Amino acid sequence: MTTANPSIDQANTLPLKEKLAKTTAIQRRRAFLLTLPLVLFLLISFVFPIGQMLFNSIHNNKVSAVVPDFATAIQAWDGQGLPSEATFEIFVKDLAKAKKVREVGRTVGNMATRINYEMPGSRSLFTKSARKVGKIKQGPYKEALIKIDKKWANPQVWLTLQRASHDISPAFYVAAMDLKYNETGEIVEADELYQIYLNNFVKTLWLAALITFICVLLAYPVAYLLSVLPLRQSNLLMIMVLLPFWTSLLVRTTAWIAILQTEGVINDLLVYFGVIGDDGRIQMIYNQTGTIIAMVHILLPFMILPLYSVMKTIQPTYMRAALSMGSKPFYAYRRVYLPQTIPGLAAGTLLVFILAIGYYITPALVGGQDGLLISNLIAYHIQKSLNWSLGAALGTMLLVVVLLLYWVYNKLIGIDKLKFG
Amino acid sequence: MTGEVPLVRFENIQKSYDGETLVVKDFNLDVAAGEFVTMLGPSGSGKTTCLMMLAGFEPATQGEIYLKGKPINKVPPYKRGIGMVFQNYALFPHMTVAENLAFPLEVRKIPKAEREARVNRALDMVQLGAFGGRRPMQLSGGQQQRVAVARSLIFDPDLVLMDEPLGALDKNLREQMQYEIKHMHEELGLTVVYVTHDQTEALTMSNRIAVFEDGIVQQCAAPAALYERPENAFVANFIGENNRLMGKVTAIDGDKVNILSDNGDQLVASKVNVNAVGDRSTISLRPERVFVNPDINSVDNLFSAKVEELIYHGDHIRTRFTVCGHDDFIVKVPNSAANSLLQEGNIVPIGWKMEDCLALDA
Repeated sequence: MTTANPSIDQANTLPLKEKLAKTTAIQRRRAFLLTLPLVLFLLISFVFPIGQMLFNSIHNNKVSAVVPDFATAIQAWDGQGLPSEATFEIFVKDLAKAKKVREVGRTVGNMATRINYEMPGSRSLFTKSARKVGKIKQGPYKEALIKIDKKWANPQVWLTLQRASHDISPAFYVAAMDLKYNETGEIVEADELYQIYLNNFVKTLWLAALITFICVLLAYPVAYLLSVLPLRQSNLLMIMVLLPFWTSLLVRTTAWIAILQTEGVINDLLVYFGVIGDDGRIQMIYNQTGTIIAMVHILLPFMILPLYSVMKTIQPTYMRAALSMGSKPFYAYRRVYLPQTIPGLAAGTLLVFILAIGYYITPALVGGQDGLLISNLIAYHIQKSLNWSLGAALGTMLLVVVLLLYWVYNKLIGIDKLKFG
Repeated sequence: MTGEVPLVRFENIQKSYDGETLVVKDFNLDVAAGEFVTMLGPSGSGKTTCLMMLAGFEPATQGEIYLKGKPINKVPPYKRGIGMVFQNYALFPHMTVAENLAFPLEVRKIPKAEREARVNRALDMVQLGAFGGRRPMQLSGGQQQRVAVARSLIFDPDLVLMDEPLGALDKNLREQMQYEIKHMHEELGLTVVYVTHDQTEALTMSNRIAVFEDGIVQQCAAPAALYERPENAFVANFIGENNRLMGKVTAIDGDKVNILSDNGDQLVASKVNVNAVGDRSTISLRPERVFVNPDINSVDNLFSAKVEELIYHGDHIRTRFTVCGHDDFIVKVPNSAANSLLQEGNIVPIGWKMEDCLALDA
């Protein structure tokens, strides 16, 4: 357009972009208001707790909150021999003050627990000393404290205290990765007895992979049937697939206990038919087998539905076309059908695997000792040992694994191809 | 086909899906090598079922299909060596165009070098030389259609089946593809069995057309014969435009039949599908074979008709008359100076020859 209409030109002094922004502003504001409840909900229930967890995993102020002056003073120590007399004095005075504090999270007991994570067996050193520290009226404080307990002469106690005085520290990741600080403060492998987390991570990943694999094997034919059966039969089958979804997770898991336990249905039947003797009842629950069986059952729909939604869109003419071109049925299936189901297969695999590595209730109920997964250990630290920072560190590591998987998936298949149903 | 074995023979084929109704009732058809045979019919008439039985995807409930003289009822589809073009092309979406074309060759374990050469030749044949690396979804409908045709031909099958391959294309493209497929058929000497519900498509492309209705072939003949000499009222009505007058046979004299129409007019028609005096009959008459203001000696039937409606079509004027008690009698009046005087409400004489007026079954 070389000749623009002058009257329109005068009215249109604003650039086009601004005009567009103006006209759509109300719409955008309204749309944002509609999503506001969800945004708030996500912030409060999702972003904030995860941020809190990430923060907790590296942040722990149990020492600096109890003995604040000492926490500052000990930083000056070079780690050689014992800290200076002045530092000892500050520590004794801080400890005496802290003894009277009853506020949760700021008691000597809290600090003792924190140090005890890294120096097992040191808890009583703090509680005992805190009781007696009031009697120390004057210096030399170093000797007086060592008189209360000889352990105060051990430099490792002070090294640990120095490290723990930092509010921000990688100590819990060190613990979560089955490492520890040695006497001189270097990070080394923990004693074999205490190496439980990495092994459990590996076990969790392995079990999740196994469960995912079994789910693929079981779900693929079912999803295929669902996609090809006439509507009436496929509806019935779909209801059967979804039925577990509509049943409480707890009920389903408990049902497995009733079926699988040594006095349960399967063992009773096997004994009744003489397959096994009454004394040879098979242990199928409270171990890994129980975890695998129950979790496969619970996660199966998450594999079937994405597969089904993809298979439904694959027209039967593809297979017919392949056959008409001279391909044998199996070859046609492998070259033509299978590749087209990969988005669904990948979505189901990703979903089931991610759900499986974070699963909690089922392994807790039917896993026994060796069927416990990493989430059960996290729960243990959150609920029982109350070492939240370690729990948070483990949780963060789990989150990183999941994000890593997601990234790999995106590289290999592409998130945009994900089909969940 | 005298003495020679036809390439395809359907022999007394019946097909039922539910065990109660027959979708195909006693189907017989021979297809000679090099022929282009179209199965034409409304949807649900059994034509696609016949094609699927020939391809091997549906078993015949009764009867036998022969390919080169050998019964193939028990031969699985992948051993029949029949190329097929599907309605939605069925191009594999996860493969490139070249991979799609190479698939039949790959299955036959043809060496890679030869495979590539043949794929390139096929791509050139359908004028898609530069598109080998694309996915089918990145092609237009017409291009996909060409790939589908090329893929069905690439392994040099004895026979190519096409199941409404042009159904998804718009009108212009469809017409263009009709000619392309027809030329390919002629140049490559293919044998094609083609299924469509579009009679224009069938008339344009085929050597022979089998008109299906209700599981039965009503007539199987060359396009011109189908149009000029339909054997029954269904075919006359289904192929091309057709005026129908109802009446009763009053006399038969060789090829000539006298008919008394339902409103009392006397007609002379050609005998096609009436047997005896007293039979009811449908008189079939093509709109372009009726003349307005005819020379009295040149026509065998002459009536006065009332002009009801004139629709301008450029080269002709589609005129609706009331004649012999029917108000839906269509005549294509050539757009000439003499005829431009027609007005709605006029009463004019119209007439037609006996040969153009066929006495068919009622």
